[in-house]
Amino acid sequence: MADTAAESGEGLDILGHVVDHHELHLGPLHIPLPHLELFGIDMSITGHLLMMWIASLFLIITLAISTKRRGLVPSGFANAIEALAVFIRDDVAVPNLGEKDAPKYMPFLMTVFFFILSCNLLGLIPFGQTPTGNINVTATLAVISFVMMLSGGIKHNGLFGFFRGLIPGGLPVALLPLMIPLELLGLLTKPFALCIRLFANMLAGHVVILSLISLIFIFKELVFVVAPVAIGFALAMYMLEIFVGFLQAYVFTLLTALFIGLSIHQEH
Amino acid sequence: MEGLAAEAYGYLSAGIGAGLAALGAGVGIGQIGRGAVEGISRQPEATADIRATMIIAAALIEGVALFAVVICVLLATA
Repeated sequence: MADTAAESGEGLDILGHVVDHHELHLGPLHIPLPHLELFGIDMSITGHLLMMWIASLFLIITLAISTKRRGLVPSGFANAIEALAVFIRDDVAVPNLGEKDAPKYMPFLMTVFFFILSCNLLGLIPFGQTPTGNINVTATLAVISFVMMLSGGIKHNGLFGFFRGLIPGGLPVALLPLMIPLELLGLLTKPFALCIRLFANMLAGHVVILSLISLIFIFKELVFVVAPVAIGFALAMYMLEIFVGFLQAYVFTLLTALFIGLSIHQEH
Repeated sequence: MEGLAAEAYGYLSAGIGAGLAALGAGVGIGQIGRGAVEGISRQPEATADIRATMIIAAALIEGVALFAVVICVLLATA
């Protein structure tokens, strides 16, 4: 599909714009990036990886500056960061994890939220790419969330107790062969859904925007009619993308907190 | 009509699948919207809570619809 779009000369190479490359794409400028290989696994520096590093650097600098104690009440940008952080603590962490356990998982939840948020928004800046539109990135985030779920549950309930607690109490023994695979599958679908949800939301938004803009190139003869309409729609989709970026970061964090809370307090 | 090429079947199924996914998402999120608007009309004080719940539920249902879209993209390109 990507081949026919590029060969026929019509429209943009949509998939080529959203997948990862071994070069940094700054518009027409392609800067090659170093290739590294570790034990036969391709660990080269690609565009999405560079974007993740940029997001992390941005977060480290911004959050470090805005949390320097200038007084009890922060102002300006620090105020916005504090509003988000307090929101994550009071509406996401504490209701799902309880007052006692929430502080233990707060750093992880805040990291997940701010990292996914900045990765999502980085794709909307010109010449930026969305790392979370890459399934490897979201799969890694989902695996990390899964590890936190398991470790929280096992640390709180013991290794055997955690898996025993998956099965609801008071169950007739005949149902056990059905319940055990079912519960294990239920445990595995949670990170899978987290991964696919974030990946598909980010990918779909960018593909729609690129498709709308490529309409301008396809309708070469009617460009003065098609261009304003296409750009108008693309602008509307852009606004939606900003909203979806915030929303998906929040939903990922909320569901992670919810699942960790379910793993820790396994009261069926 | 002779048999279509394998690629054509891929595109056809991807198109139908994406359409059905959009249909499902539209119906589902429409139901959420209806419930939310009814809730707000009965109790305007709870507007903020209902709005937040509606947005979260819509995001989750949209996630399911986008699972289907991902499968359709796989069908169309492979």
